[in-house]
Amino acid sequence: MVRLDDNGDALIRVRNLDKTYRRGGQDVHVLQGLNLCVDEGDFVAFMGPSGSGKTTLLNLLGGLDLPTAGSITVAGDEITRLSGPKLANWRARHVGFIFQMYNLLPVLTAFQNVELPLMLTRLTKPQRRRHVETALALVGLGDRTDYYPRQLSGGQEQRVAIARAIVADPTFLLCDEPTGDLDRRSADEVLALLSALSSRYGKTVLMVTHDPRAAERAEVVLHMEKGALVEGTTSGPERSGPASKPAER
Amino acid sequence: MKYFALIWSNLRRKKVRTTLTIGSFAVALFLYGLLAAIQTAFNQGVEVAGVDRLVVRNKVSLIMPLPVSYRERMLQIPGVKAVTYATWFGGYYQDPKNFFPQFAVYKETWLKIYPEFKVPRGEWEAFLQDREGCIVGRKTAERFGWKIGDRVPLVASIFGGVWEFNIRGIYDAARSEDDTTQFWFRSDYLEERRAWGKGMVGWYVVQVADPNEAARVAEAIDGRFANSPWETSAESEKAFAAGFVKQVGNIQLLILVIGGVVFFTLLLVTGNAMAMAVRERTAELAVLKTIGFTDASVLWLVLGESVAYALQGGVLGLAAVKLFTLRGDPTGGLLPVFYLSPGKMALGLALTVAVGVVSGIIPALLAMRLKIVEALRRV
Repeated sequence: MVRLDDNGDALIRVRNLDKTYRRGGQDVHVLQGLNLCVDEGDFVAFMGPSGSGKTTLLNLLGGLDLPTAGSITVAGDEITRLSGPKLANWRARHVGFIFQMYNLLPVLTAFQNVELPLMLTRLTKPQRRRHVETALALVGLGDRTDYYPRQLSGGQEQRVAIARAIVADPTFLLCDEPTGDLDRRSADEVLALLSALSSRYGKTVLMVTHDPRAAERAEVVLHMEKGALVEGTTSGPERSGPASKPAER
Repeated sequence: MKYFALIWSNLRRKKVRTTLTIGSFAVALFLYGLLAAIQTAFNQGVEVAGVDRLVVRNKVSLIMPLPVSYRERMLQIPGVKAVTYATWFGGYYQDPKNFFPQFAVYKETWLKIYPEFKVPRGEWEAFLQDREGCIVGRKTAERFGWKIGDRVPLVASIFGGVWEFNIRGIYDAARSEDDTTQFWFRSDYLEERRAWGKGMVGWYVVQVADPNEAARVAEAIDGRFANSPWETSAESEKAFAAGFVKQVGNIQLLILVIGGVVFFTLLLVTGNAMAMAVRERTAELAVLKTIGFTDASVLWLVLGESVAYALQGGVLGLAAVKLFTLRGDPTGGLLPVFYLSPGKMALGLALTVAVGVVSGIIPALLAMRLKIVEALRRV
């Protein structure tokens, strides 16, 4: 369950998170004193206007960027204390990223794209093959292993990207507008897949989206504004209602 | 090695650029190989020079002769083990363009002093028995299709007329860098037929008993003939050969300058190609980092790509130039020992890798320092 208070046993704990950028000689406070706890298996959607800090939060949670102040702890690791190769290794072990533009490597086949995270492990080639085939089968592309991204539709590309994100069995998935570049049907397929990963396989999914229909798939929708969480709601008829309140600062 | 597929895929991304970059390397390494072979040809005399041999020439100039009587007098100098002599004949076969070196040699000691030249005993015996006999190097024999028993006419541009010789033997060399284009005939035949300069020889070659004493023996030889009408200049064979090369010009410097310019240009070409490749793939490199590739692995990936360009082109260029040099002297006699040694090939390969690394290092560092968030924002 997503909470703004801290009971100490959450998978992801965000404490007093600040992120400030310097632009044109001025400080821009993108995140301000943000607090958040996410339990294992949660499917959380972050919504909010452009510039509200959603993607910045996602980047910080994924260890792609470092906060100006505050801390992020994931499964007991305080990632805000990590840097360089340690942070890269942490990302490889714990985070699966899904981007709006899929970001597949065009010169690699679907199989090779999905295999990329496994190249950072000590798995043998046959073991890697088994993992990749399983991941591609899970996203329904077991018959497209040798296809290059240009030979796939947008929805298929995103499913390959999901396979790449889950192949190394990360602790959680971070999705930045995963349906933003897809038609409705493909978007529904991708969202169904993300829902299944959360509900059936217990994967923790954090998703940034502008699309209310995409957000509906999440268990919890958190709204952000001016770098802070302003409102939280549970999604779905059986779960509707307030999930959280804005953090007290 | 598991990143090889990734590097290989990136090389195939822009086929035209890859082909042109590899082509640049191939051309540069071909040129390097040619220059190296030319340098070897020029330095061949220096490299193969015997440490126990002195060359004694007329102090005024190499083209001035020395009396044949000097041989006996040199033999009396302590430390001298053997003495032989030769005279430049300067002829040609059928056409002045058919150049190859011909020497009238002192048959009694020539082979003893040059043991690196191998002549079958029977053929040498036949040469000793025939005043008009000659021994031809393997390359020259193959060049003109000569075989033992052939009678060969040479036009003597120095001594005049057409001289005929019987090929009594073909010599080979112990080492690949030894010259097998020479043509030897008997000095007594020259002495008999020439109309002028009788009793004179071109130069002497002295074998010393102890190579450590070579300088002292050379000094003794020059001292013995000082203040005579034909003063001598004795020096080690290596110094003599080096001096000969210097007369042509500073080949070493020329080759270094040309080679340096070629490799520097190559550096710019490959550096540019790699910089473009990295710039175009900023987002992809960011994705690699996002999924857990460390900064160092991204650096090695880019460097690996740069070196892969270099190695493919380098191997191609070196293979081509090796094939070219296997055909032998392309100048028709000016570069008798024209070949690319394994050492020079290894050096070429090392240079290739070095250029690959240097040209890729800046793009690789840029890729390494790439900020993921900023790079992803550019997608």
